[in-house]
Amino acid sequence: MRLAQAPPNPWFSWEYVERNSQDIARALEQHASLTFQAVVIAFVLALPLGALAHLRPRLAGPVLGVAGVLYTVPSLALFAILAPYTGIGRTTVLIGLVSYALLVLTRNVLVGLQGVDPAVRDAARGMGYGRARLLFSVELPQALPSIVAGLRLATVTTVALVTVGVVVGYGGLGQLMFRGFRSNYHAEIMTATVLCLVLALVCDLVLAGVGRRLTPWARAERPV
Amino acid sequence: MEILNEAFLWLNDPLNWTGRNGVIALTRDHIVVSVLAVLLAAVVALPTGLWLGHRRRGATAGVVVANTTRALPTLALLTLLAASGLFGNTATVLACAVFAVPPLLTNTVTGLGEVDADVRDAARGVGMSGTRSLWAVEVPLAVPLIAAGIRTASVQVLATVPLAALVGGRSLGTIVVTGFGTQDYGQVLAGGILVAGLCLVSEGLLAIAQHVLTPRGLRALARDTSDTPSRRTRRSKITSPALAEPATTGSNGSGSSA
Repeated sequence: MRLAQAPPNPWFSWEYVERNSQDIARALEQHASLTFQAVVIAFVLALPLGALAHLRPRLAGPVLGVAGVLYTVPSLALFAILAPYTGIGRTTVLIGLVSYALLVLTRNVLVGLQGVDPAVRDAARGMGYGRARLLFSVELPQALPSIVAGLRLATVTTVALVTVGVVVGYGGLGQLMFRGFRSNYHAEIMTATVLCLVLALVCDLVLAGVGRRLTPWARAERPV
Repeated sequence: MEILNEAFLWLNDPLNWTGRNGVIALTRDHIVVSVLAVLLAAVVALPTGLWLGHRRRGATAGVVVANTTRALPTLALLTLLAASGLFGNTATVLACAVFAVPPLLTNTVTGLGEVDADVRDAARGVGMSGTRSLWAVEVPLAVPLIAAGIRTASVQVLATVPLAALVGGRSLGTIVVTGFGTQDYGQVLAGGILVAGLCLVSEGLLAIAQHVLTPRGLRALARDTSDTPSRRTRRSKITSPALAEPATTGSNGSGSSA
């Protein structure tokens, strides 16, 4: 049977946004808070881990190797393996997100620390810096550009990854996408997609700004 | 451990392996869809990459494309395609192909870009035309990186395809999604193990294939790009384009402060 007139199903609808603003705001809030928590927790864990791998070079290989293998495991599989133990809900999504962000961040911290110019390190040692002081006042600031780049990458990928949390019912904007798909409501899918992209862009710009603030020397040297 | 037991029971049931929705049929579908997606992406990305790389252009364009697709959730693209009428595996192939383009493109462009300028000069000096130099000199030298790009893209696609189960595509992800739907967590865990296993095994196989495909003279170079962590500081943008940005920025940062 054919319908005489299919109801309009536009991709963009301001009316949808107005009518469901509370719903959208809740999903956006969930999405943003999950991203924020995941990146912060991962960063707090990655900093010492990267530094440890840097101070004990023998650990660098295994740390990066394990990270690479874990990174290969698809997100859906990871959620599937976690869900039976951590239950349906926020914790599962958060653990999954933290582990992916952790891999990106640890790697970047390590790469940044290893990329410090040996001459700079030598100079600091020559001035009598101990290992800890060398790490905190010379190597870490030098590694900042790489660390900030890692944070940006981790944040953007986390924003995209939160949507997969839909399988355990905690996917932020992914929840809207999936519901829109189920009920064939185009505007809902499109709104959630656009918001995801905007959220990723805003986070990226904010972190890029913070990075510029933290490394004034990089800006000063650019024209040279 | 009860759930682990259930998962093993599920995996041990021959009925779960055969038939239309059995593990074997789903694995085949999973692989077919992935291969199609990678082929589709390669048809688009490799010629473009060769052209851009040969003309020594497009490195920034590649990075921009890669960054945009990274922000776009796979689920969003899948639901968008599925909702616009492309149901099932067509939508999956298209969506996965979109995500496979960036690694292929960036690696081809970087691979050709890293060819020593002196070598190109020499090729011109012995009278090779641009096309001949591309095929006889530049492409063979870029093979390790192009192969690495194909490997990254393939593993990424294999990892993305399971998500399509949410919008009706058939793959090993179907087991996980059905498991969640029926709250059978043994099945969910079994599906997760199967998906992860498939990805890890294919990553290993592709690594071997990459090693075999690389001309012997270039293996030392390829080893540089994949093994020693200390060398990764310079090379990581090549082996894994997914992490291209931090590595380039990192080396730029240390370079400018040197």
